Amino acid sequence: MTDLVVIGAGPAGLAAAACAAEGGLDVLLLDENPAPGGQVWRGLARASRAQLSTLGIDNAGARAAVARLEGTSARYRPGATVWQLAPGEGGIELGYTAEGRAHLVEIPQVIVATGAQERPFPIPGWTLPGVLTAGGAQTLMKGAGLVAEGAILAGSGPLLYLLAVQMIAAGAPPKALLDTGTTAARRRAVRHLPAALRSPAPLLKGLAWRRAIRRAGVAHIEAVSHLAIEGDARAEAIRWRTEASEEGRLEAQHFFLHQGVIPATNLTMAAGLRHAWNDAQLCWQPVTDRWGRTSTPTIRVAGDGGGIEGWEAAEARGEIAALDALHTAGRLGASDRDRAAEAPMRLRTAATRLRPFLDALYRPAPQFLVPEAPETVVCRCEEITAGELAPLVTMGLLGPNQLKSFSRAGMGACQGRYCGLTVQAMIAARTGRSLAETGYYRLRPPVKPVRRWSVAARRSRQASLRPSSPWASSALTS
Amino acid sequence: MFRRLEGASRTPITLRFEGRAIAARAGDTVAAALLAAGIESFRTTPRTGSPRGPLCLMGACFDCLVIVDGVPNRQACLVPAADGMEIARQDGMGAPITPS
Repeated sequence: MTDLVVIGAGPAGLAAAACAAEGGLDVLLLDENPAPGGQVWRGLARASRAQLSTLGIDNAGARAAVARLEGTSARYRPGATVWQLAPGEGGIELGYTAEGRAHLVEIPQVIVATGAQERPFPIPGWTLPGVLTAGGAQTLMKGAGLVAEGAILAGSGPLLYLLAVQMIAAGAPPKALLDTGTTAARRRAVRHLPAALRSPAPLLKGLAWRRAIRRAGVAHIEAVSHLAIEGDARAEAIRWRTEASEEGRLEAQHFFLHQGVIPATNLTMAAGLRHAWNDAQLCWQPVTDRWGRTSTPTIRVAGDGGGIEGWEAAEARGEIAALDALHTAGRLGASDRDRAAEAPMRLRTAATRLRPFLDALYRPAPQFLVPEAPETVVCRCEEITAGELAPLVTMGLLGPNQLKSFSRAGMGACQGRYCGLTVQAMIAARTGRSLAETGYYRLRPPVKPVRRWSVAARRSRQASLRPSSPWASSALTS
Repeated sequence: MFRRLEGASRTPITLRFEGRAIAARAGDTVAAALLAAGIESFRTTPRTGSPRGPLCLMGACFDCLVIVDGVPNRQACLVPAADGMEIARQDGMGAPITPS
């Protein structure tokens, strides 16, 4: 009998699953990826020493987290995609597919640790082959040891600089780094500097990265205000303009884009949990208390999926959520829980001191949130451009859901993951209403496509499960 | 073109891509195997027939859809590459889904 399902095997999920299992719960850890580590530790737990030194990466954290989990009774299931999460009468209803077979189970408690995705970065040409997110490029390096020669990096955020430094370490320095950080954001960030200086290590690391990029001779262009990628069958060149109206164009085969990360909220939104707009980070996040409890308290969120705080805080948040789950399950008294949570809570506080500074410094410029060029593809799946959407908003379609019904934007396979925030920002910009008020797509399960034959292959003993949502009753019996 | 870094020495495997053999490493995803072989256009889109390749490589964008062993709409970034696997580019919506 499973007491707790943890979704996602990144820093938060690994810590949560291990901590809950150590406390005596029967834990099932589901992860979509083929190996543990999530995105930040992708491929690192099993990486060779040679591979790590090539990239200049230390994997002690990843190895320790995986070793800790392996020392527990928690069952780890890679390649498992969760497509439904719903509060039900007899517990939390959870639908997932593993090895081609769909499962629908009821679980007393769930910890969602689905992490982050990169923010949509709609610029002309961002759909061409050869354009990857910076996170995608890093995934190839860490997961498969693949690096691109002479790539161009564009956008903003610490990950873009980290990727540049790792590419330099791997002997494949990028051809150029086009930084879209604005002068205005830099000015606003200054007032958060004193708090950030209380934990100066990451700041010093950032400065060292900038030095490494300069030393490697990477063309480093700052205050880039406009970007467009050119190409026909694939990406061939990037054109830019700076705040000072300087223009440039460079040819390359690969372009790695980044405009920060946002919580991956499709699952928690489709579960009907309360979410709130975070205006400092320009994203939606589930509303949680300090234990990670959502509006359905037996569903907790840990890690970046509950608001971007980085991997160190994520590990602490996994631990904190698991301690509270142990308390709910009657395995840990309130005072024991509180005592055990003191250290991870302190760690989380220390790990997030830099955050307000980073949020202000790397706040995306408005023109990268609301595309200016009409040919820019907003919804990649349904191929809807900014020029097609703009007149619909002017016509009076004032909500993301209305716009979705009329245009199909957000109806494709990615279910709005790469257009939702853009559609929301386009509407807000044209109506003058706030982003929070404008709202987001209404999401419904399944949050990932499910093959009908994988549902048909469900074991018969599970088929007797009482359908507790309209979707379950129609789709699972067809 | 992507190149393989030093130290990434793992068991070689062979995939078939549209009739030809491509070399990959055990532990690669299908997306990594194709990119390593210089294949960067994975499919064409249903509406305009535009070429697409992987964007996010973490299962979120659904742009890396390919046909794996006859099954279309597989996320190449999430499917582990296996020796002898048949990969094909996907045209539009791909062929109808059939049980493997």
